[in-house]
Amino acid sequence: MITSFAPAPGAAPRSRMLAAQTSMEFRLLLRNGEQVGLTMVIPLLLLFFFNLPLLYSLNNPRRIDFVVPSIVALAVMSAAFTGLAIGTGFERKYSVLKRLGATALPRSVLIGGKTLAVLLIEAVQIVFVCALGFVLAWHPHGDPLLALVLVALGTAAFGGLGLLVAGTLRAEVTLAAANLIWLILLFAGGIAIPLTRYPDSAREVLQYLPSAALSDGLHQVLQDGRGVPIRALLTLLAWAAVALPAAARWFRWE
Amino acid sequence: MAPVSTAAVEVCDLVKTYGTRRAVDGLSLRVPPGSVLALLGPNGAGKTTTIEICEGFRRPGAGTVRVLGLDPIADAATLRPRVGVMLQGSVGGYTGARALELLRLFASYAARPHDPVELLDGVGLADVARTPVKRLSGGQQQRLSLALALVGRPELVFLDEPTAGMDPQARRRTWEFIRRLRADGVTVVLSTHFLDEAEQLADTVVVIDAGRVVAAGTPAELTRSGAEGQIRFRAAPGLRLESLVADLPEGSQASEPEPGRYLLRGEVSPQLLATLTAWCAGQGVLADHLSVERRSLEDVFLELTGRELRA
Ligand SMILES: Nc1ncnc2c1ncn2[C@@H]1O[C@H](COP(=O)(O)OP(=O)(O)OP(=O)(O)O)[C@@H](O)[C@H]1O
Ligand SMILES: [Mg+2]
Repeated sequence: MITSFAPAPGAAPRSRMLAAQTSMEFRLLLRNGEQVGLTMVIPLLLLFFFNLPLLYSLNNPRRIDFVVPSIVALAVMSAAFTGLAIGTGFERKYSVLKRLGATALPRSVLIGGKTLAVLLIEAVQIVFVCALGFVLAWHPHGDPLLALVLVALGTAAFGGLGLLVAGTLRAEVTLAAANLIWLILLFAGGIAIPLTRYPDSAREVLQYLPSAALSDGLHQVLQDGRGVPIRALLTLLAWAAVALPAAARWFRWE
Repeated sequence: MAPVSTAAVEVCDLVKTYGTRRAVDGLSLRVPPGSVLALLGPNGAGKTTTIEICEGFRRPGAGTVRVLGLDPIADAATLRPRVGVMLQGSVGGYTGARALELLRLFASYAARPHDPVELLDGVGLADVARTPVKRLSGGQQQRLSLALALVGRPELVFLDEPTAGMDPQARRRTWEFIRRLRADGVTVVLSTHFLDEAEQLADTVVVIDAGRVVAAGTPAELTRSGAEGQIRFRAAPGLRLESLVADLPEGSQASEPEPGRYLLRGEVSPQLLATLTAWCAGQGVLADHLSVERRSLEDVFLELTGRELRA
């Protein structure tokens, strides 16, 4: 029984809010069937299917070494862009963000919680993808730390784009747009099909897509064992530097 | 000398325009700390618009708004922990979260929150603590919404139609909460379509229509002003009422709208009733179906805002 309603207002420490927010967002992601399908099931299925020789031939005897970095890029795009955009779009539609805006939770902590939840989801995804990769005889090369930097930058770029879409378009439009863009980037953005298979003129443009940069960078590191993929890192950095401020600028909370 | 501004909420000449429509049109009100103010008004009168401007969700078009002495938008970060909010018509939390989970999350934003389990029990939702918010019934969602507004121990709460969709028990419970909030020094601004609710809870009632204040005062002041009340009775038709009116206080009227049905208007008091029954005794008639009708807040409301339906 509540004995007193005497006022005792005050905001909790940010660290406590961030922990609670992250944990809530993460649990909600895991509880949402479509999100789990998008971020977990589809990448694993695609990993399996793209590795089948009958689908199309990759000019590479070690198909799996191409497929795993691609699927990691896909997983990042699914969680940080499509999943975040759709989830946030509907939260906007159902006044979740508006209601949270009337609490002591600062926007920066809300965004921080969402970002950490996405990173947690990605960690789970990557563990599963790599595990299935190893089962299918994947042999990674290169520096795993570089791969993690690419994943982090990719998350920033895709997350910014996802929030930009979710914060400016209606939820239903966001749903359609996020899925469509996901599909386009999957096939034309250097993930499912290597950009080397496109004509030079197309490749010149397509290689600057965030998916292409992330996928290309991961291939250079994990497949070819090369050093720092400068252009991929700079491309992702540029996307993040444009998308995050744009999202902050144009995001409408209601 | 008294401090210049001690109001918990002070709204001066507020205007908010949507397109060409003035949703709020020069509205002013003042809520003393620790009091309960009820906003009454037909659909579309501007209650939610006014409340949401005070909550910092919408920008005022013109006029000034001070909440706890601060600007709702510029000082939002300072105000938010101190103010509890119940939005009209939606919980506005993660709909996939369970009831207790959402209340715990909101508690984690506050420095000294109420115990979420106790509070959920207090609003009668202990049995559905593990039910996802989107599966709660409308009235249950309202109760959760109330708990979310209170969990951070705010000093001021805005409750936009807090009892809409609640069953009578939940309404009574909510009233009890609001009385306890007031007793413990919390300022409450609420809107409602239930006139009995305003009458029961509010220190000040503000009736608004088309974005303007059409009446303000305590419930007693509002129901006292204007025509006072009436007494109806039935008796043999054709009584000579002139002699009755002569006995009554100044300003009272008596009429026979239908044969055998009588209507007495005036300040309803024990004396008036005594005068009437004495006069009946003198005439040798038995007044039947005698009923005393005091003016209710609903009568005042309908007088002020008209009887036709709003857009
Ligand atoms: N965002 C908006 N855009 C356009 N018009 C709006 C907007 N918000 C409110 N209005 C208009 O302003 C007027 C006042 O609306 P408001 O929601 O404040 O009424 P209310 O008194 O809360 O009504 P109710 O009792 O139905 O809740 C209405 O005519 C409404 O159509
Ligand atoms: Mg309203």
